[in-house]
Amino acid sequence: MRRYHRRTLASDLRSQIEAQRPYLLRYASMELRNSDAAEDAVQETLLAALAAEASFAGRSNLRTWLTGILKHKIVDAIRRASRERPFESVDDESTIEDLEALFDETGHWREPPQAWPEQALQEKQFLQALEKCLTALPARTAQAFLMREHLGFDTPDICKELGITSTHCWVLLYRARMALRECLEKGWLSR
Amino acid sequence: MKLSCKEASRLLSQSLDREMTLGELARLRLHLTLCDACRNFSRQLKQLRQAVARLFEQ
Repeated sequence: MRRYHRRTLASDLRSQIEAQRPYLLRYASMELRNSDAAEDAVQETLLAALAAEASFAGRSNLRTWLTGILKHKIVDAIRRASRERPFESVDDESTIEDLEALFDETGHWREPPQAWPEQALQEKQFLQALEKCLTALPARTAQAFLMREHLGFDTPDICKELGITSTHCWVLLYRARMALRECLEKGWLSR
Repeated sequence: MKLSCKEASRLLSQSLDREMTLGELARLRLHLTLCDACRNFSRQLKQLRQAVARLFEQ
């Protein structure tokens, strides 16, 4: 009787873990920009979670636990990818020439940034717009940005994982922020 | 030397990723007290950071 009970609990947890798959996949896809790599990372996460069921016992939030595992799998995938396909130091993502156009000859903003209303940032539409703007970024730029802002890497670690110099890293992050704020201001704030 | 908005925006971005020198901080501060647009930009960078955190929580 007791054994039967335990087995039901285990299969409950298993189906709850499986139910988190779409969320984890969306999350991994945003980070990795490659659906195969995202699928693999999620699959590895689910397997690791099932193997470590016991370590979940007593924790309250399944999604948080799974996301924690997934983060490590994502970092592994990024590391593997940058080893297989080293970052080209000369490419479109490493210059800021196109950003020059945002400023006039004297270095002033051509279109000065606006104050974003705090209230509006809480809206669901804002996050949807942000997701869209992130998707529009070049892959490495988005990856560097999300490693920094989301996975919480220090810049030297991002450089190391992506195989680039720290100056290059700052440029990528600057590019990402400039592009995102402009995309949000045009696409969302000026609705 | 005074910063332009172009230079200030780069430094503001870098200030989220590395330690600023005292000179850089002083020049940034001076620029921000005089420039609404860069103050907005600086705020937006922080709002962006918070929004990214929320995006992944939903």
